[in-house]
Amino acid sequence: MNSFISSIKKITACMALLASVILLTQQSLAQEVGDHQYTSDAIQAGSRVYTQQCALCHGPQGALVDGVDLRRGQFRTVQSDDDLRNVITTGAAEGQMPAFSLRAEELNGIVAFIRAGFDPDGVAVRIGDPVRGRELFNGRGDCASCHRVNGAGPRTAPDLSSIGVVRTPASLQRNMLDPATALLPINRPIRMVTRNEETIVGRRLNEDTYTVQVIDSQERLRSIKKSDLVSYEISDAPSKQPTTLNSDEVADVIGYLLTLRGL
Amino acid sequence: MKFLNKLPLFLFAVSGLLATHSSVAQVPYERILNAADEPENWLTYNGGYSAQRYSALGQINSDNVNTLELEWVLQNQVFGAWQSNPIIVDGVMYVTERPNSVMAVDAVTGRVFWKYRHVPAENSLVCCGANNRGVAVLNDKVYMGTLDARLVALDRVNGEVLWNVEVGNVDLAYSVTMAPLAVKDKIIVGVGGGEFGIRGYVTAFDAESGDQVWKTYTIPGPGEPNHDSWQGDDWEHGGAPVWITGSFDPELNLTYWGVGNPGPDWNAGQRPGDNLYSDSAIALDADTGELKWYFQFTPNDAYDYDSVQVPVLADIDFRGTPTKVIMWANRNGYFYVLDRVTGKFLEGKPYVTVNWSSGLDENGRPIPTPQPEGMPTFPGNQGGTNWYPPSYSPRTGYFYFSAWKDYATIYRAEESEYIPGRAFLGGGFSVLAPAPGAPTIGIGRTNPINNWTNEVGHASLKAMDPQTGEAVWSYDQFDVSDSGMLTTGSDLLFTGGREGYFHAIDAHTGELLWNVNLGGQIVMAPVTFMVDGVQYVSVISGNSLSTFALRN
Repeated sequence: MNSFISSIKKITACMALLASVILLTQQSLAQEVGDHQYTSDAIQAGSRVYTQQCALCHGPQGALVDGVDLRRGQFRTVQSDDDLRNVITTGAAEGQMPAFSLRAEELNGIVAFIRAGFDPDGVAVRIGDPVRGRELFNGRGDCASCHRVNGAGPRTAPDLSSIGVVRTPASLQRNMLDPATALLPINRPIRMVTRNEETIVGRRLNEDTYTVQVIDSQERLRSIKKSDLVSYEISDAPSKQPTTLNSDEVADVIGYLLTLRGL
Repeated sequence: MKFLNKLPLFLFAVSGLLATHSSVAQVPYERILNAADEPENWLTYNGGYSAQRYSALGQINSDNVNTLELEWVLQNQVFGAWQSNPIIVDGVMYVTERPNSVMAVDAVTGRVFWKYRHVPAENSLVCCGANNRGVAVLNDKVYMGTLDARLVALDRVNGEVLWNVEVGNVDLAYSVTMAPLAVKDKIIVGVGGGEFGIRGYVTAFDAESGDQVWKTYTIPGPGEPNHDSWQGDDWEHGGAPVWITGSFDPELNLTYWGVGNPGPDWNAGQRPGDNLYSDSAIALDADTGELKWYFQFTPNDAYDYDSVQVPVLADIDFRGTPTKVIMWANRNGYFYVLDRVTGKFLEGKPYVTVNWSSGLDENGRPIPTPQPEGMPTFPGNQGGTNWYPPSYSPRTGYFYFSAWKDYATIYRAEESEYIPGRAFLGGGFSVLAPAPGAPTIGIGRTNPINNWTNEVGHASLKAMDPQTGEAVWSYDQFDVSDSGMLTTGSDLLFTGGREGYFHAIDAHTGELLWNVNLGGQIVMAPVTFMVDGVQYVSVISGNSLSTFALRN
């Protein structure tokens, strides 16, 4: 049952994403996107209402409430837009989410803004052909030599099986064209030397004051006490270079990545 | 005849009951006044009127602290950060749970004697979680403020409600999240709502009857001094809440309170003037509430730099002169020492990177250097520190608190219309992050994986020397920390952090002596107490209140 609900959520998220992709490419498929289609005026109005009414608890990125990530369409109970409106107007979680009294256009705007993935300007990233993009990903684009997708490929770089759900088209483009400014800090390459003179190179998974968790170059999960290290380097430079693909090819790869929605 | 024979025995039984009843230990004002003399108890939110969070207990010390072991755990039954601070009276712990429950707990076993639950009104509004930070005790009663801005008095023995009075108007988003302060025959509380355009105040109630005795607004009205620090009707919804428990100097008969941000939070241009007494320390007469002095840390604040820190009092030899001081690490990034008789500024220095101001003048007023639009402001929105209770050890002479280092925010101001009972923010903010869309620090921690990393900010526990205004040592953590501090007579410093580690640190040197991973974020200060000759230390982590003592 849980997996069923989770797949429904994924489908809902995909539909939201699909809706924005379609809007970005300026194709008219209103009857297919159904109630996921909102005007950019509504999204921008929603952005303002969100900042005033919602951001204090949900945060600027919409992910500060446990189990809820508004920008990415993850909710505890909500599936449809009507569910979303209902929670906003009646409250939830035994009063921890208060009931809001909003005008209809404010309410509509918040839903639009959430469904647009918090992107009030609808950044116009060109989306290409996913089939060609898949070929480039596995071939000349040289992505698959580090990234794993749906159970195939190495685990040293982040697995991209769900990347189409967790990243916006604009973010995917930036990662390919300018990885140095797009790399998330947790993913910075690390190099450690232990007291036993072992050198560990890998990707950081988690860290606290006294320990660090990594996946090393042999794809082993390691948890290391910092007190056992003689050196610990975190590189600002990403392990990948800006892509050499041309702009049409980049658009195709983004098109492919957006189809990766997890299993 | 048979009956008569039994009568003496019966009378004996009744008198025995009466004797038992009257022997229930009371907590008169005098006991709280002299709380330092009975370190086996923890009688107020801040451990005593001077709010030092220092206990003279020393059974747990640097030699044996590594033999601390878990005695018991009390699990919270509700979702959300557990910011409550327990009070311990003669082996009974009083602790609150979200949103407004009180439990009386056996401090030795963790078993609950009674639980009282207040259900706040559905339209209660708070900015940052349905928090409650604890109770006050006085005589035979326990007092709790509520999310719907009420003050409730309970029978300390059985948890029954004795009275329940209004502190503020819930429809206008007034709330009470702080632990009340019991002084003499009064219970004093402040109100929250700084994000909803309230007009803040501190107010006192008769501890027996619940009748309101005084009420002092933190924004002066027409005709009052400093009303001209506001323009037009801005004062009517200018915020300045008081949501952290104050302190009390019985010799001066003054209570001290930290006042929160002006509203709307991030559009200072919308409310020209200094906006007194927002972001200030205020001294109020304990009997009348009359304002004796104020000191404003951040005039016309555009950054939400609430000055709701606990006012920590000490009598120290300040640069050769015996001085009654307040020590204050402010959310605005400066550490201050004030004369608490007059409110005079004695010392103030930045303890983290500060760029909203280039320094303090001779009166402690900041020299403003607002950053261009879109540029980061240090410290960020949650501040260099916040409401996390500090500690002062009279043995080391240091003031300890959790600072957030390398943490900045980009602010955006916009015009906000005040609509009663709705958020009144004047813009928004985003945390400075190293990559677009990168995870950032939130108000609390809800992810076991720290994927935001120390690049967006991290904790630095600081031991400040009030003589110099500078840190003697710092203890850094990878994540930020909202944990308060506890110091002991054996010069241990107990604290936590969002990572869930419970640390015991040498209060002189900052050396880590012991720690344990309790798993959940620690967002309140540890407390210590003693029952039957055994010293305990309790800390809340995540949804668990854990209590430790030495092995055997």
